[in-house]
Amino acid sequence: MNTLRFITAGNVDDGKSTLIGRLLYDSDSIHTDQLGVLQKQTKQEGVDIDLSLITDGLRAEREQGITIDVAYKYFSTKKRKFIIADAPGHEQYTRNMITGASNSDLIIILVDARNGITEQTKRHASVGSLMGIKKAIIAINKIDLLNYSEQTFNQIQSDFETIKKELNYDEVIYIPVSALVGDNIVRKSENTPWYTGKALLETLESVEINTTKDLASRFQVQWVIRPKDEKNHDYRGYAGLVLSGTYKVGDLVTILPSKIETKIVKIEKNLEEINEGVAGDNVVLHFEKDVDISRGDTVVLSNQLPLESNQITTWISWLDNASLQVGKTYLLQHRFKNVRVKVQEVNRKWNVNQWQFTEGDTIQLNDIAQVTLRTNQPLFYDAFDKNSKSGNAVLIDETSYNTVGALMFL
Amino acid sequence: MSHTNDYLEQLENEAIYILRETAAQFEKPALLFSGGKDSIVLVHLALKAFRPGKFPFPLVHIDTGHNFPEAIEFRDKLVNQIGEKLIVGNVEESIKKYNLKETAGRFPSRNALQTYTLLDTIQENEFDACIGGARRDEEKARAKERIFSVRDDFGQWDPKLQRPELWDILNGKVQKGHNVRVFPISNWTELDVWNYIQKYNIELPSLYFAHDRECIVHQDKLVATSQFIQPQEGDTVVVERVRYRTVGDMTCTAAVPSQAATIQDIIDDIIQTRISERGQTRLDDQLSEAAMEDRKKQGYF
Repeated sequence: MNTLRFITAGNVDDGKSTLIGRLLYDSDSIHTDQLGVLQKQTKQEGVDIDLSLITDGLRAEREQGITIDVAYKYFSTKKRKFIIADAPGHEQYTRNMITGASNSDLIIILVDARNGITEQTKRHASVGSLMGIKKAIIAINKIDLLNYSEQTFNQIQSDFETIKKELNYDEVIYIPVSALVGDNIVRKSENTPWYTGKALLETLESVEINTTKDLASRFQVQWVIRPKDEKNHDYRGYAGLVLSGTYKVGDLVTILPSKIETKIVKIEKNLEEINEGVAGDNVVLHFEKDVDISRGDTVVLSNQLPLESNQITTWISWLDNASLQVGKTYLLQHRFKNVRVKVQEVNRKWNVNQWQFTEGDTIQLNDIAQVTLRTNQPLFYDAFDKNSKSGNAVLIDETSYNTVGALMFL
Repeated sequence: MSHTNDYLEQLENEAIYILRETAAQFEKPALLFSGGKDSIVLVHLALKAFRPGKFPFPLVHIDTGHNFPEAIEFRDKLVNQIGEKLIVGNVEESIKKYNLKETAGRFPSRNALQTYTLLDTIQENEFDACIGGARRDEEKARAKERIFSVRDDFGQWDPKLQRPELWDILNGKVQKGHNVRVFPISNWTELDVWNYIQKYNIELPSLYFAHDRECIVHQDKLVATSQFIQPQEGDTVVVERVRYRTVGDMTCTAAVPSQAATIQDIIDDIIQTRISERGQTRLDDQLSEAAMEDRKKQGYF
């Protein structure tokens, strides 16, 4: 059994919380004591339980009836385990949505059938695509309020197909639902006989998850294990995560930035020797040569070298209240390696309203743009759309240490 | 492909990754060890992350003085077995030092008082990161927390101003005086923890398994009699076969009726039960819907 991580995004009143509540409730994932609290909180007359209350975690959220930060919810069926990142819809909290999106395999975008595709829909779709999500479900909600109109469904589908051309999704699935009533959420509804696809839950259970197993092999040294005690005097292991591809005992590898070539002589995982480590594994590599390797160094197969540059063009999603300053120095965290960078130039901005690139060199909170960075030492990386594990980084302010930007290398 | 990672392996990989990242990014991290199953699993994961080397951090136990003797005994045995350093912070001492008032009532919780000891211990030892076994599925305020959760010099969590946390890139840089709480098993559920314990046959304190115990029946909950909680007139006192689903203070953790003698029995129990872990066993979380959120804002982990 594997785990699908997905994010839900939608406007404030699109019924996102109700949809999640429905998924959890109908799949028996809510505990009775939690239900008791919900019954207490439900104030609407004639409604037994307000399903939307399941996801709001903070006092301020309950008070304002909005989601401010991502809440993670867990449920499982016989086929799969699920981690839901319930993300805020408000533009003001887009950076929290980005946090949720960055760790998701799939995005569910809620669209109110009565309103169709809105600017928010476009923003959510942009963010999901930009952060590397490859699968999208467009849940066309409140279809019951339009008499289960097939025509509306088709119209929204065709509208999204048009905007999708600018995005990077591999697969987009359209489902007509009513979160409130339960149509096509856990079971297929008789109210939409014209809909030939699967219900939402079955779709979530069966959608294929992209992996980085078949990509070029990438490994960064996270932690050096050198006990230096009597028993392990000669032990020198390089612990880290296999970001993509496979590493086998006997592989000829190149250490970057030193460009020294050596051979893998031993691979350990969880204190046991293994023959190969694949994407997702935390392994400890041992090399034939006793070379100087430290945290942040990259280890690649010698026939699969990555890009190398100290001038990088990249997508940036800006997350800070203070705007980005061209010429200012920031820290760039490329997973286990930190370098200093200067933003040289803003190339172009993605305008969600106009659905096209525009000029402009100020970048403010929630802006999406393409910029050129200069680093104080070369980075070894891949383009984000080739390898989502070695092609991303974050930008950190050098004085506040806040994470101010998400980078997806071009 | 030769193998695919199943979900337990995915969770394990994520946790080991976070532990190593904590060791690499901070100067003086610590692992908060309560003697409960979640922190025992953390120790097990740390062994996998750092052996044959030593742990790059000590274990820290905030001893409320109301712990189950079985949990303390287990703690000392485990520390001895793995040969790592243990630092104990005593809530009793904080109570004397700051003249703290205990919560009123028959089943006083030292949960809030624990925060003083925790913050003192952090300051004395200059810890810049504290690893804890909290899980997002436990409670709705926890469901919102980042993996690297930044706290200010008062130890406070600001839920409305959390840092973005993108992909699995963890930014551990903080200003002086601030520190970070680290949650490697954030994405584990109660059931995941038990499945993991079963998979690796991890040893636990005997409290987790069914045993006979004298308890007071208090609002449908079973509270063990002990040196701290004595039966009073009018109490219904029973001897029941019980186990503990969570291990907290003797004064405010309820036992649950159970015949579960093995880990598999416990897993079956949990699958069948319709009540959440904290709801069934913690007397102190029922005070208000935002009890946990408020404690966290004050520096609780």
